Amino acid sequence: MLLSRRWLNEFVPVDAADKEFAEDMTLSGSKVEVTEVEGEEISNVVVGKVLEIVRHENSDHMWICQVDVGEGEPVQIVTGAQNVSQGDLVPVAKHNSTLPGGVHIKKGKLRGVESNGMLCSYKELGMTDNDWPSSVVDGIFILESDPDLKARGLKPGDDIREVLGFNDHVVEFEITPNRPDCLSVIGLAREAAVTFGKPLALHDPVVKGGGPGVLSELLDVETPATDLCPRYTARMVRNVKIGPSPLWMRERLRASGVRPINNIVDITNYVMLEYGQPMHAFDYRYVKGGKIIVRRAENGEQLTTLDGNVRDLTDSMLVIADETRAVGLAGIMGGENSEIVEDTVDVVFESANFNGTCIRRTALALGMRTEASAKFEKGLDILNTLPAVNRACELVELLGAGEVVDGVIDILNFVPQPTKLALHADKINALLGTDVAPEEMRRILKSLDFGVDGDEITVPSWRGDVAHYSDLAEEVARFTGYNNIPTTPMRGVTTQGGYSPEQVLERSLGTVCRSLGYDEIITYSFISPTYYDKIRWPEDDPRRKSLKIMNPLGEDTSIMRTTVLPSMLEILTRNYNYRNKTARLYELGRTYFEKEDGMADEPKVLSLGLYGPDESFFTLKGAVEALLGSIRAEQITFRAERNNPSYHPGRCAKVYAGEAEIGVLGQIHPLVAANYDVDTELYCAELSFDALIAAKGSDPEYVPLPKFPAVTRDIAVLVDTAVTVGDLEGCIQSAAKGLLKEVALFDIYNGANLPAGKKSVAFNLVLRSDERSLTAQEADDEVKVILDALEKGFGATLR
Amino acid sequence: MKEQLEKIKQEALSALKSAREAADLESLRVKYLGKKGELTAVLKQMGKLSAEERPVIGQLANDVQEKLTAEIDAQKKKIEEAVLEARLEAEAVDVTIPGQARPMGHRHPMYIALEEIKDIFVGMGFTILDGPEVELAYYNFDRLNAEEGHPSRDWSDTFYFDKDSRVMLRSQTSPMQVHAMETKPLPIRILAPGRVYRKDEVDATHSPMFHQVEGMVIDKNVTMADLKGTLNAVMEQLYGPGTKTRFRPHHFPFTEPSCEMDVQCHKCGGVGCPTCKGEGWIEVLGAGMIHPKVLEMSGIDPEEYSGWAFGMGLERMAMRRFKISDLRLIFENDIRFLEQF
Repeated sequence: MLLSRRWLNEFVPVDAADKEFAEDMTLSGSKVEVTEVEGEEISNVVVGKVLEIVRHENSDHMWICQVDVGEGEPVQIVTGAQNVSQGDLVPVAKHNSTLPGGVHIKKGKLRGVESNGMLCSYKELGMTDNDWPSSVVDGIFILESDPDLKARGLKPGDDIREVLGFNDHVVEFEITPNRPDCLSVIGLAREAAVTFGKPLALHDPVVKGGGPGVLSELLDVETPATDLCPRYTARMVRNVKIGPSPLWMRERLRASGVRPINNIVDITNYVMLEYGQPMHAFDYRYVKGGKIIVRRAENGEQLTTLDGNVRDLTDSMLVIADETRAVGLAGIMGGENSEIVEDTVDVVFESANFNGTCIRRTALALGMRTEASAKFEKGLDILNTLPAVNRACELVELLGAGEVVDGVIDILNFVPQPTKLALHADKINALLGTDVAPEEMRRILKSLDFGVDGDEITVPSWRGDVAHYSDLAEEVARFTGYNNIPTTPMRGVTTQGGYSPEQVLERSLGTVCRSLGYDEIITYSFISPTYYDKIRWPEDDPRRKSLKIMNPLGEDTSIMRTTVLPSMLEILTRNYNYRNKTARLYELGRTYFEKEDGMADEPKVLSLGLYGPDESFFTLKGAVEALLGSIRAEQITFRAERNNPSYHPGRCAKVYAGEAEIGVLGQIHPLVAANYDVDTELYCAELSFDALIAAKGSDPEYVPLPKFPAVTRDIAVLVDTAVTVGDLEGCIQSAAKGLLKEVALFDIYNGANLPAGKKSVAFNLVLRSDERSLTAQEADDEVKVILDALEKGFGATLR
Repeated sequence: MKEQLEKIKQEALSALKSAREAADLESLRVKYLGKKGELTAVLKQMGKLSAEERPVIGQLANDVQEKLTAEIDAQKKKIEEAVLEARLEAEAVDVTIPGQARPMGHRHPMYIALEEIKDIFVGMGFTILDGPEVELAYYNFDRLNAEEGHPSRDWSDTFYFDKDSRVMLRSQTSPMQVHAMETKPLPIRILAPGRVYRKDEVDATHSPMFHQVEGMVIDKNVTMADLKGTLNAVMEQLYGPGTKTRFRPHHFPFTEPSCEMDVQCHKCGGVGCPTCKGEGWIEVLGAGMIHPKVLEMSGIDPEEYSGWAFGMGLERMAMRRFKISDLRLIFENDIRFLEQF
């Protein structure tokens, strides 16, 4: 909402400087975004009178002018324009002047002739032909070609910004949707009056009337769609003289960001800005049968709106129609077929109240949010239609733009009852933590035009947002000042704050990931269904069943992921494409599985992803082991997994704690990597957060440190290449008789000097007794038992 | 004999002075003080001396022995020091060569901001609440006083999973207020961070998915003064003691009165600069007293209980804190970005 401070001052005299005005209005609830001063960029530009004009000797199109700029001696200025005559008053940008767009004018020579400035067009002053409808579009702005300017009595040397009225201060407000009444000059004037403690002077429109004819014979209105049209008010103006509106009106429209068009259209816009009530003017000629019908559109009905677009309508939309066809889209835009044109003679002014939701949905469906629809959609004051239409008629008479027919057509389908509330000063103070006297509360409410009768408060019709004592509390708070409410520390019963065990685990897993060198990432929860193809999930994979967004932004964000793998792969790929040499990433992210009731299970998955010259299956596995170790998970096993289509069949494992599956890890299948255009080895792990919680071991219990020294023995055995280290380790563990404390792989050898199909695997064994120092014999006996078991189990021979 | 002793002493001392290695010292010690050493040989002849001479020479021999022993020890210490010095010199490294520790991973800046906020509120007796992102419009809108027809319910603003606009991606963390009211015993102090979704195209300040944190207090006699006091304390912890704040009236359907909270621009101290877009203040969050209708809908008697709530955008918080200029960086996850935090 743009507010002209000059217009505002017509209703309430506020002389605060712009900064103070902005701050005080903001703090009382009307947030100021920015304040602009019109013509701010213009300096040293004045009215000049052309005393003499002669041709430039060295140019066939330039003229040399002697111009009186009110400084005694005339100045010489060269112009290329062809519309200047002796005696004309024109804008003169003098030497060292500035114009909009950062233009700087200095004296200079044009084809050898000195020029001490520039004669300006209105475009060069930052204005348009809508601002100056009586003046030529191209060429120098001949000031007196505008009758209103001429009437201002211009003289050389006058500051051009003052003369053109191009010096208003325009305040842009961000108005919250609950306050449509503030989308008007009067609404903001009321707020400003209370904010600055100044009197508000409103004006009751006075219409003389007396135009030819009888309204009821000229016009009939029916509103079959009563639910969508609570009120329809209309008046008629005859014998209109379409022309430009006066300068003062054009100035205000311009300051408010509205383009002046012609007097009748300008009046409707002026009233909308002033009263906040959208208006529409129809050409009576095109209202067939003299009858206006406010009805739902028919499915398939079409209407060409004022902007020239053909609109396809549905029966959820509301139109203004005559007996034969629609002539306007209610509350949004008029129809081209009833537009005010130059030879319009009779005009119908519509000032109606339409259902906000209907207007909003229609505007949205047709992609045509207008100034009018933006107001209607918030719900307007139903009592405002009559003063607004009368104001329009008053302006018609003031401008001499036509003859107003007596009487008003006013159909009221819904009679609003004023909201009455009790003023509970104690409750308001208890809610705010303040000690505001009840008299002060009454004074504030009264100044906002609330009806105050003792403790009975009547809410004004334009304040649909006030329905509860807490709303009254806000009014009191706004004008005693939010920043005058005391500040008190947290009070009340002491509560135990803290993190749940799951939240603590979440934190500690993150810490472990980072200590392992993994960076945390955040990925989108929605993906494209094609991502399941990229990770090679079969067509019939049940995990493809995803929650589907009905109105997604695009295909890439159209379904809720049931796997975090594509998200991780996308980020790995991006880093790879950015030529980052190595990346180690983690995320604790949700997946989404549709439940029968349409809602979702949202299990979290800890995903790890990495690539780089030093990375392998085993660096990833090491990280997974460290994570599981950090939560003291027990009975961890890794089992080869050949059937996961997203992973390399020979480099993938499922990890278990006991028999509970924690997740999967491995090298990404080269075909999947290829789907992401990556030609390096990618590694990922997907660990179920719920499984990690379940696998979390109990708190450690102190075990006494060994009292006796350990004996170590290294063994290297020759086995078939197919035998796994895990199998051998398991065999060693179970064969040992209780002295074996640790077993650690330290070498695997596949050298050519070994028999075909064999490999050598070497372990380091740590043996210890808790009762005594072991003898060499005891250690050798234990190793022998182990070797025997290995031989029996795998045909292993000592190397 | 006296001369002999004197001679041995002089010879030995000069030999010791020129000794440069521990081994030289040892052979000198053997040569003079060893069992077959020169001094020992002289002492062996003591028996031949007269009773008068014996104590005198004996004394002299002892002196020589002590002197030589002390000299050997001193010389030994010197040599050891020199050896150590040479070794240390040889072992010197180029300290400018990069260290070899495996680099630590980095926390995402958005989560740094969140963790900080969580810790502050936990310290004030809040618990952290987690909730569904796939949510019923009933919780996201109806129960928060945003009735049918409220613009934020439009399909142009909110993602839906069914034609009836029943199930949606939550557009705010505020439905957690209702879940807390339904499940938690009074009094309630909760903080609910999480992902939220709105139908905004991606640009420097918008993303269809982002994070909010919701906070709520419900108790007897809770006032707007408490809201201000608590949030002021939080801002002082986040931005340092003496941080200035202000509260502006605003509108949310589920709070009344509603407000927005600004902190004074840290860069210009409130005068106005590009960081605060000339306003001198930076908006940090929205808040308000929980609307009595919202309490009532959740079965809490607004005559007995009152409460306040706030919500803030976490990305904006992190962007401000780390001077991140473009929201897209947050979700791009380029390690060159991540590893700055």
